[in-house]
Amino acid sequence: MPAPDQAVLARRESIVAALRAIVPGEGVIAAEREMRPYESDGLTAYRQLPMVVVLPETTPQVSRVLAFCHAEGIKVVPRGAGTSLSGGALPLTDGVLLGMAKFNRIREIDFANRLAVVEPGVTNLAVTEAVEHAGFYYAPDPSSQIACTIGGNVAENSGGVHCLKYGMTTNNLLGCELVLMTGEIVRVGGKHLDAGGYDLLGIITGSEGLLGVVTEITVRILKKPDCARAVLVGFASSEDAGECVAKIIGAGIIPGGMEMMDRPAIHAVEQFVHAGYPLDVEALLIVEVDGPRAEVDHLIARIEAIARSCRALTCRVSTSEQERLLFWAGRKAAFPAVGRISPDYYCMDGTIPRARLPQVLKRMRELSETYGLAVANVFHAGDGNLHPLILYDANKPGELERTEKFGADILKLCVEVGGVLTGEHGVGVEKRDLMPAMFSEADLKQQQRLKCAFDDKGLLNPGKVFPTLHRCAELGRMHVHAGRVPFPDIPRF
Amino acid sequence: MADTVQPRDAKDVEAAVQWALAEGKTAEIVGHGSKRAIGRPAQTDLTLDLSALTGVTLYEPEELVLSAKAGTPLAEIEALLAANGQQLAFEPMDYAGILGGVAGRGTIGGALAANVSGPRRIKAGAARDHFLGFYAVSGRGETFKSGGRVVKNVTGYDLCKLIAGSWGTLAAMTEVTIKVLPRPETEQTLLVRGLEPARAIEAMTSAMGSSCDVSGAAHLPAGVAVRVEAGVIAADAVTALRLEGFSPSVAERKRMLEALMKPFGELATLEAPGSRALWTAVRDVAPFAADRSARQDEQPLWRISTAPSRGAELAAMIASAAQAQMFYDWAGGLIWVALGACDDAGAALVRRAVAAAGGHATLIRAPASVRAAIDVFAPQNAAVAALTKRVKESFDPRGVLNPGRMWAGV
Repeated sequence: MPAPDQAVLARRESIVAALRAIVPGEGVIAAEREMRPYESDGLTAYRQLPMVVVLPETTPQVSRVLAFCHAEGIKVVPRGAGTSLSGGALPLTDGVLLGMAKFNRIREIDFANRLAVVEPGVTNLAVTEAVEHAGFYYAPDPSSQIACTIGGNVAENSGGVHCLKYGMTTNNLLGCELVLMTGEIVRVGGKHLDAGGYDLLGIITGSEGLLGVVTEITVRILKKPDCARAVLVGFASSEDAGECVAKIIGAGIIPGGMEMMDRPAIHAVEQFVHAGYPLDVEALLIVEVDGPRAEVDHLIARIEAIARSCRALTCRVSTSEQERLLFWAGRKAAFPAVGRISPDYYCMDGTIPRARLPQVLKRMRELSETYGLAVANVFHAGDGNLHPLILYDANKPGELERTEKFGADILKLCVEVGGVLTGEHGVGVEKRDLMPAMFSEADLKQQQRLKCAFDDKGLLNPGKVFPTLHRCAELGRMHVHAGRVPFPDIPRF
Repeated sequence: MADTVQPRDAKDVEAAVQWALAEGKTAEIVGHGSKRAIGRPAQTDLTLDLSALTGVTLYEPEELVLSAKAGTPLAEIEALLAANGQQLAFEPMDYAGILGGVAGRGTIGGALAANVSGPRRIKAGAARDHFLGFYAVSGRGETFKSGGRVVKNVTGYDLCKLIAGSWGTLAAMTEVTIKVLPRPETEQTLLVRGLEPARAIEAMTSAMGSSCDVSGAAHLPAGVAVRVEAGVIAADAVTALRLEGFSPSVAERKRMLEALMKPFGELATLEAPGSRALWTAVRDVAPFAADRSARQDEQPLWRISTAPSRGAELAAMIASAAQAQMFYDWAGGLIWVALGACDDAGAALVRRAVAAAGGHATLIRAPASVRAAIDVFAPQNAAVAALTKRVKESFDPRGVLNPGRMWAGV
């Protein structure tokens, strides 16, 4: 993390007083004991107390807090519910932790235009709960949806199990209100589609809190499909399961959800949930299709036939809503199920071209032996997003370090086969130092120049995403050889 | 006449931009030039013609992914996808009709740079939503990349979104990767006849709010509908709702939709061939094609995006003060407005109506002299304009690439 600014730390008392003048009452937390809950997010291996916690309630307060911090050169870390799995909301010892939890109102529901205007502290699930009486829902469904906030979803461009068909957060937004580090308030988008100029909404989404603080979000809501059914298919190998996935998509079918688990994950889950998963298979696939009844029945029959042509060992179609939910209960409990069989586990999040799955799993088994650490895999099979869970015991000396090295090797492997470091959890602090495995110096510098356009002093969430911090002046410098570059040998007309 | 250079590969593009930078020259980036007449007229020293950067470099249908050099003809990509039962789900429109160009031209790079879409925008998104990764040369003369070749990726900023719709003002793309999707097995369109715009939008809202999974919702008022040569030549207004997918699904949804639309008016059905022709006409804005009269290219054409529920009201504001013809796509959220020839292309009126209803308007067609004099893209407030300028400078600090195409000084 960036070296703490001693001058800022020395002024802590006056800074706290100035913040109290902006956000009155209990909105500023400076006592160590009360700041404790904010010291880490979902990536609990990293902990750091912030200098002070500020919980604003209004956009003008956010604006004034940021303007003050900009003028004073104070770093700011925004935070939603703190469910980030990549340390995106990890505090800084010399920074303000800006908690957005009090922005918890749904401002407007507009069924005619199929949208909702919400504050960033509203939880993902609360959006669906607010519109489901009219048969609508909000599509992105990260597994933390009961707790995670829409503001955090925007920052991380959160996905979920349904994003192959319904997209990630970025495909389900219409507009936002954003406060820049200078305190300037900018409105982007609205109730209409697409940007009239640069797609600023698109670049803010997934920027991990480095570009601005979102204070209002307009999300699209969708009509719930009439019905959904799922098929549970067991295979003797991940190759067979992979072939089945490819053939389903090859048949023109985009399932609502398509999840794969490997043997260790299946066993951990079945012991925990008793979902009736077959135990004598190497790979298990859950394929769900949704839509009108006629479509669902038609596609389920086709998927069953495809599964059998791919040497499925078992194939069960859900015959009731209860049974469909039971199929999913196992998958959704995969992380806690693994948590039951191991003192600790470390959840990875790479994406690979789907066809490389058998190769990646094989290499992962080899790495597992090398490091002496077991690994269980759950996989969003439709979009190639892989979540290897490395089993370890933090109380055994050196095991966390070994786990992190194993994890880094897995992510590098993902990049090697044409994939990426993170599919939905974000870079944060966790994968920051792996960025050069995927991006060149020029790639990373161009991204950081864009940050300078939003945050010229680099005060917003520094130390996340980028392995090396550069000053904006240095990034902006150009080496132009005026009059000394010969015209290149390119066809001219 | 600006000097035209035609790079043979990405290295050439980098060399050309570096040379322009060193010489203090500006460059217009073109593919086929099919959308060249959109935006403020370019006055650059150099034309950087990327149409020789062609070829699909990766296509894995089962992975739903395709990569191509930026100058690859869109038509070539669409044909390759069709041969594999797939398509570009964002349904890129062809501007040739309204701009008076040759149909079927345009490159994949151009489609992304202009963030094109079509009627399916309401269900499947625009080009931005299918843009997975790219290689490009910035205005600093540096090659950089963003994104990747997988559909789920949050590694670093999503620069694809920013490059989509930046009209070549930030970087010259050299190679792109996009998400492709299965082509629907069949389609049908349900027509409702004789509705006034406000009532038509109610009908479309009702359809979109149902679980019928409508993939196109357009309203052609009387007088505009008659211009659509798609087997629906009608004297009366037509509201069209498209259903796509597997046959049993389309059949069931059609029954549901008929029940829902019955109270609105007289119904008719277009089977797949007629449906395809109708939606191609809507997509390409056929009612306002430039070749219908020699003078029509003088007549301004606006593209307005607004909240569907405000569409009819916005259109009425414009129609009350000018001679205007219009039709609605995106369930009322996209309005194409053709105005009679006038000094400012009707900008003051259109901007006023859009400010009242919300959304943004782009002047798609107008004589170059008009496009040079007024804002073609949506005017921005001070904070957004300043941010836009800083974003431009972060990619292109010396203003080498398509300077002034979107706004003066950007």
